[in-house]
Amino acid sequence: MIGVGKIKQYSNVLDKPLSKGKQEVSLSAFAFLFSELVQYNQTQVDNISELERSRLEDAGYAVGARVLELLCHRDKGNRREMRLLGILSFVHSTVWKVLFGKVADSLEKGTEHEDEYMISEKELLVNRFISIPKDMGTFNCGAFVAGIVRGVLDSAGFPAVVTAHFVPVEGQQRPRTTILIKFAEEVLVREARLG
Amino acid sequence: MAAIYSLYIINKSGGLIFYKDYGSAGRMDTNDSLRVASLWHSMHAISQQLSPTVGCSGIELLEADTFDLHCFQSLTGTKFFVVCEPGTPHMESLLKVIYELYTDYVLKNPFYEMEMPIRCELFDIHLTQAIQKDRVALLGR
Repeated sequence: MIGVGKIKQYSNVLDKPLSKGKQEVSLSAFAFLFSELVQYNQTQVDNISELERSRLEDAGYAVGARVLELLCHRDKGNRREMRLLGILSFVHSTVWKVLFGKVADSLEKGTEHEDEYMISEKELLVNRFISIPKDMGTFNCGAFVAGIVRGVLDSAGFPAVVTAHFVPVEGQQRPRTTILIKFAEEVLVREARLG
Repeated sequence: MAAIYSLYIINKSGGLIFYKDYGSAGRMDTNDSLRVASLWHSMHAISQQLSPTVGCSGIELLEADTFDLHCFQSLTGTKFFVVCEPGTPHMESLLKVIYELYTDYVLKNPFYEMEMPIRCELFDIHLTQAIQKDRVALLGR
């Protein structure tokens, strides 16, 4: 019958259940858009570290803040993680899955410092088509993803400094990307109090 | 057996933006390769004008005694051509694969400037893989 499968009309937009969202976006479309984002921001800065630290990271931060809000509402019945490991595994699995279609390759605790955690990815989606010129040194477009992680953590009440680094892997031509998360002192103090 | 002698990519104004040779046969120095590139660009353009067929897209294959030259022109005017041993099969599909690699690893790279020489690590890596795969497939036949 015609019209049976029609979506129910809600008079108030707030009554409408939040859709699961379409899961797939064209990778090419994203790659071109991201490429333009980097190129545009490159024209706006004086040096590379500014492009990495403030421009790309800030762009990611805005994404992260929104992603947290959306996912908490959609998947967790408006509750958010309060514990350190909880929010980290939320980033590592839930956020990664929604953004990149897969769980991140690994989540590790830093060996040297108590407040450092690392999310590693063999081939970060944003870096898939990007070759960094030799003269740009350690520049990593993963700064955008680092910004997303910082956005999620900061909005959830876990302020942290997040950076992206290339780490060479033995026997591999390409280095992997590690997102280094360094939590603020207050987070660890609170975590210790919670026990 | 080196089936492919060399690969050229030229931009829409005839400038050489990528050159790579495989094996010693047909190797050229920088000046010669630049000359071949712009020569081919002009010949290609002239062939389009001289062709009796309407809507001709230029030379696709040049057969000589000692080599074959296969050319593929993209919609934007970038030309890809390989010089190979006479009678080497499946070069059209190889050129398509190379074009695909170009669109992926060169055009989606924010640090590549259009129409400039290609210096992209990922493009080199994947190109080497593609050529190798093509050679293995050739040996297998």
